[in-house]
Amino acid sequence: MATHVRTAEGSLDLPAILKDCLMTGLVVFALAAPIIGLRTIDTPGGLGIDYRFDDVAFAVLAGIVGRFLLNLYWAYGGRRRPKAKTEEIAGGRAGAFMKKVGLYGGPAAILFAIAMPMLPFADRYTLDVAILVLTYIMLGWGLNIVVGLAGLLDLGYVAFYAVGAYSYALIAAHFDWSFWVCLPLAGLFAAFFGVILGFPVLRLRGDYLAIVTLGFGEIIRVVLLNWYEFTGGPDGVSGVPRPSLFGLEFARSSSDGPTFHQFFGLEFSSLHRIVFLYYVILALALITNFVTLRLRKLPIGRAWEALREDEIACRSLGINPTNTKLTAFAIGAMFGGFAGSFFATRQGFISPESFTFIESAVILAIVVLGGMGSQIGVVIAAIFLIGGTEVFRDLEQYRMLAFGGAMVLIMIWKPRGLLAHREPTLRLPPSRKPEAAPLAGGAS
Amino acid sequence: MIGLFADPRVATAAAAADAALLSVEHLTMRFGGLVAIDDVSFHAARREITAIIGPNGAGKTTVFNCLTGFYKPTVGRLTLNREGTLFYLERMEDFRIAQEAHVARTFQNIRLFPAMSVLENLVVAQHNALMRASVMTFAGLFGLKRYRDAEKAAVEKARYWLERINLADRADWNAGNLPYGDQRRLEIARAMCTEPVLLCLDEPAAGLNPRESAELNELLRFIRDEHGIGVLLIEHDMSVVMEISDHVIVLDYGRKIADGSPEAVRSDPNVIKAYLGEDEADELPPEIVADLEQKTGGEA
Repeated sequence: MATHVRTAEGSLDLPAILKDCLMTGLVVFALAAPIIGLRTIDTPGGLGIDYRFDDVAFAVLAGIVGRFLLNLYWAYGGRRRPKAKTEEIAGGRAGAFMKKVGLYGGPAAILFAIAMPMLPFADRYTLDVAILVLTYIMLGWGLNIVVGLAGLLDLGYVAFYAVGAYSYALIAAHFDWSFWVCLPLAGLFAAFFGVILGFPVLRLRGDYLAIVTLGFGEIIRVVLLNWYEFTGGPDGVSGVPRPSLFGLEFARSSSDGPTFHQFFGLEFSSLHRIVFLYYVILALALITNFVTLRLRKLPIGRAWEALREDEIACRSLGINPTNTKLTAFAIGAMFGGFAGSFFATRQGFISPESFTFIESAVILAIVVLGGMGSQIGVVIAAIFLIGGTEVFRDLEQYRMLAFGGAMVLIMIWKPRGLLAHREPTLRLPPSRKPEAAPLAGGAS
Repeated sequence: MIGLFADPRVATAAAAADAALLSVEHLTMRFGGLVAIDDVSFHAARREITAIIGPNGAGKTTVFNCLTGFYKPTVGRLTLNREGTLFYLERMEDFRIAQEAHVARTFQNIRLFPAMSVLENLVVAQHNALMRASVMTFAGLFGLKRYRDAEKAAVEKARYWLERINLADRADWNAGNLPYGDQRRLEIARAMCTEPVLLCLDEPAAGLNPRESAELNELLRFIRDEHGIGVLLIEHDMSVVMEISDHVIVLDYGRKIADGSPEAVRSDPNVIKAYLGEDEADELPPEIVADLEQKTGGEA
């Protein structure tokens, strides 16, 4: 479409605008004709089709008029269309702003998250949504290690989520071990599967890697679905035990000793268990965050980022690409496994249905939308994507439309993600002596 | 000139081992039917800058790729003598050559980590030393003193090189935002941070203006004299080659056609022929010349 409608300061290029509007009308027509123009209705002989030409006409007209107004806005004083931002110098204005966000925003958000269940609006529904959002934040942070830091595009992350969930559910079903014993085991299993996936894809990058990881995710799901004797197939695993607080169960009464409300002398409330689950996932997510932040400042984290930037340069500097990639896959998968076993214990029932490709896509969308490699970006994107779908629930059938539209707007406005700024992992401290003696020994 | 800060170990090793730092014997590299390097042998010594020159397509970069493990040579032995220990580079994987034999390289098209800061580029180069100090990440994860000290030392070494290449005031910039000449020098500094015994530079002066070229000469002389390592250099810029190299090797169509001091190479007729071409009449075999003369004579 025409991009320059304003020829000189203040003067309008009317034909270009009209052409632009006409193009918009055509696009709207192409979209609206099948979506709005056709409607299936029940007729005595089966399904019939109802045509709604007037609605299509309104849509096209609205598109043309809207585009015209937008053109006028661009032509008179308004801002030009946003352009993709160029690279920023680290430590510039954005850096100062991000430092403030990191300094005050992060701790404030954590305090709010800790206090959330005590606040008056925290009812069962709010807590459930919060637990869901936190699960996805944790998954996003886990995937951020693989995609954001190491730059390995993983479309099958849900496989590790599934491995974690099934590990816990099956170990608990067969050996009757508690959640707190199974949690690290589930993480280890998932990390093991991360290495299994990592080995064959070591040489692959970009699109090819994405396809193989996508296949890996599907393989895990199909195996879970068909290995009926072991996983229960499509029936799933039910009766997954609930977690306890140092042996105190969250139930009205228990045969194994006092329950949570009896021990603390409280009145029984089903909300206790929800609040407990909320704190469990909050702690797990925060551990993920702190470990990731710490790893980023260690040699292994810097090697991941260097690998994302240029693998050949990494090899020339003596960085072992195999180990570096496998640790990224394994650690990312481990956090996916933790989140998976939490998911299993919260639901009490798991089946392959919960681990479809769309889950991988949502987690990847959270990472990309938040800005690859940005921890706070993942939080904002998860709240927006997961919380947003819940908020938009009142819009009923237009929910996904509103949601998709919002995503498109964000990608136009911030093509590199909400918080694309990268803070260096270390800065040069001011030298102590102005004339530093040359480091003879260290630089031989 | 022996530098003040030279490592004594290198000197004793050099005295002990009569072998050169790097010896390349009968190196041949074939890509299918194409022979990119044909039976090339040469030596490179410590405290010397050895330049490899030759017209485009002579196989210079292929020699580098064989030396640094990015290609596996078809035939040949590449021996690196690091403090008396011999490394057969043709048998080693690329990252092991940098990690164990301590051969560092730069690239013709600069390969920095553009989205990382200048300082981070230099610290990533010290990955293996830091990895050992962090005991495979665990000591680092808990912030033990051992790791913190190693990181401080790494930053100080980076500072040393940043001051050497005049980038200390831009240490926190993204490497990708630096001007071209600074990126070239940063890549050399990054290679030096791996503590190499042999530094391979692939066209370091490409795209530099005369002032930057002069700075580069000074930096390379400093590396040779103060750090006592061998420098292997591919270069087209003759002002750089003739001014700083101690030893020049000329390749043409994958073969070595000259080897010696810059003065000797400059006046070598083979080299002049390779660079300037030659008189066509000399090239044609006598029977064809005779044939041609007969034809032109017949028509006339």
